Amino acid sequence: MSSLAVQKASSATGTQGTARRRPPLRGRIALVPTIALLLGAVYCLLPVAWVVIASTKSGSELFSTFTFLPGSGFTDNVHDLNAYRDGIYWRWMANSGLYAVLGALLSTAVSAFSGYALATYRFRGRESLFNVLLAGVLMPPIILAIPQYLLMAKADLTDSYWAVLLPQILSPYGVYLARIYAAAAVPSDVVEAGRMDGASEWRIFTRVALPMMVPGMVTVFLFQFVAIWNNFLLPYIMLSDDEKFPITLGLFTLLEQGANTPALYTLVITGAFLAVIPLVALFLVIQRFWSLDLLSGAVKS
Amino acid sequence: MPNTKRRRLFVRGAAATLAATLGATALAACGSSDEDSAESGPVSLTYWTWTPGMDKVVDLWNKGEGKKDQITVTVKKQASGDTLVTKILTAHKAGKAPDLVQAEYQALPTLVSNDALADIGKNVGDAKSKFADGVWQQTTLGTDAVYAVPQDIGPMMFYYRADLFEKYGLTVPTTWEQFAATARALKEKAPDTDLTTFSANDSGLFAGLAQQAGAKWWTTSGDKWNVGINDAATKKVADFWGGLVKEGAIDNQPMYTPAWNKALNTGKQIAWVSAVWAPGTLTTAAPDTKGKWAMAPLPQWSADENVTGSWGGSSTAVTTDSEHKDAAARFAAWLNTDGDALNALAKESGIYPASTSAQLSGAFTTPPDYFSNQADFYTTAAKIAKTTAPSAWGPNVNVAYTTFKDAFGAAAKDKSDFSAALDKMQADTVADMKKQGFEVSE
Repeated sequence: MSSLAVQKASSATGTQGTARRRPPLRGRIALVPTIALLLGAVYCLLPVAWVVIASTKSGSELFSTFTFLPGSGFTDNVHDLNAYRDGIYWRWMANSGLYAVLGALLSTAVSAFSGYALATYRFRGRESLFNVLLAGVLMPPIILAIPQYLLMAKADLTDSYWAVLLPQILSPYGVYLARIYAAAAVPSDVVEAGRMDGASEWRIFTRVALPMMVPGMVTVFLFQFVAIWNNFLLPYIMLSDDEKFPITLGLFTLLEQGANTPALYTLVITGAFLAVIPLVALFLVIQRFWSLDLLSGAVKS
Repeated sequence: MPNTKRRRLFVRGAAATLAATLGATALAACGSSDEDSAESGPVSLTYWTWTPGMDKVVDLWNKGEGKKDQITVTVKKQASGDTLVTKILTAHKAGKAPDLVQAEYQALPTLVSNDALADIGKNVGDAKSKFADGVWQQTTLGTDAVYAVPQDIGPMMFYYRADLFEKYGLTVPTTWEQFAATARALKEKAPDTDLTTFSANDSGLFAGLAQQAGAKWWTTSGDKWNVGINDAATKKVADFWGGLVKEGAIDNQPMYTPAWNKALNTGKQIAWVSAVWAPGTLTTAAPDTKGKWAMAPLPQWSADENVTGSWGGSSTAVTTDSEHKDAAARFAAWLNTDGDALNALAKESGIYPASTSAQLSGAFTTPPDYFSNQADFYTTAAKIAKTTAPSAWGPNVNVAYTTFKDAFGAAAKDKSDFSAALDKMQADTVADMKKQGFEVSE
């Protein structure tokens, strides 16, 4: 899913220059790249297909029938999932939605502010600040989870919604992307022109620069959304009350129920399948914003 | 390393005799609960557990016993396994561990050596008398302290397809020698069928088998730990299974996989060395063979012995972070010794109780649904549970378990030497303990 975003983003920034290539030769398909892409697609889609098909199997069919033969238990599985502990699954889903939507929005806002500032203003320490951020990009968020927990504990914020939201608001990668994008998409001429016309810096940012940055910010939003939706370790360490769990954690508790209780495979698989749907829907809906950047150039040359 | 930092707890744990004289100073280290014994007013406790249905059992307390004393317990359901131990220790580092935690027996030494569990010996009353000695000893770690109250246990047993044993003319093995002979006999009669498999993906199984053979993986003498993972008893077990895998008498595929489920469900594997909780697993793994299985005691190393190991089981412990250790300890004792509580635990959560009196009452008067053909299932189980060999857990069971999975997993796959894998397990465990600052005798 996120690889899609990268391709889209890179093609979005790179198209202007290379758009006028020779038209491809008709009637010839580049065989090797096509096969490679097809293999890649199969590699990505096979597990998804497995989840979709497995979610239709009832408990007794799951391990006994052919892997890719659809079963007859989908409605029962959804029904069981609904009934499990008074529908706590939907609560996890709502929690995931809250963490992902709010977290991604805040994170995108922070990224847009800082990326624009880093790209537009010249100030002492700008490069070193940016280098620190670059180092942050290289740091996997996983190793920060425990220090973040200890910090949150100091502030008495563990086991709260904030414990999961706050650490995800600052995304070094988001800031990095926003700076690169702002530098490319917001020409300094435009900012200068705004200043000449007497607009305040805030007005220039919100009215002039931000609309130009939208496609890049959509990418940042999607990245953060997917990262938060799929995040496991941070909420795992932070939360102990399962009413606040996101979907990843909830499904994990269904799987690890102790040795004397069978894992609820059908529930977990059905739950995993349903949890993918919002992500797919989000990508389908938001995809169109990416193509906007081709049309939204500000300075006509 | 001349200046190795000694871990307080285990030095103390080791020197039970020494503790008689030095005990006062050593024990004081572990958050004594004297000061809060006279507390009053409402108390609210949090409890991390993975047991399904625990909230309903806790409701009994909150509406009955607990209401009288204004002690309210809130369940926070967690995922089981080693990850929970890490989570507890992380929370403890921040001073925020919950009042009560569920912990597997083999995790107790790790938690205690990090000073995460409180000594609740004074508050659990006569709980000791409700449990088999071998079970209780796991919660004291051989010291004078009590770090947890046993909840459920997993005495090991031998499960087999009664109908297929008859079909192939096999008898239920009572010794491991017969077990090997049975495996070979089956291979001759039905080459595609395996008696069972050797799986390295759950270390608890191997630990239980070694325990049955008399292995003592972690012991202490004086100020030092002895690690005996590659002792003679464990070597015997490793070589036995390694030999069977090598000659192809049994399968070498891991368990708990779809393929394994299918093998059980279709009669390609006709026996499973497991524990008392197996009916639950078999219900999902092999739904079509319900009523065709039977349970028998584990095969023995010599015909005149009668011991079993344990695989799984957990306890309820009180953390040192709790501000109401007395109240928490009382709840832990109630949960695991009170008749109503144990009945509810069996009914709502399907656990096999550690409390000896509960093993034959309530839910355990009739066999599990999957074994409806074996009326005396739980009477036999209770008899087997009494024969559980004592276990000896140390402070880094997780490391030993991880090495086991890697080394034995590879050895089973390549059908290579199991004792080499065992030596690696020993070496890695000792190295890790030294790294953590424990003194280990060579």
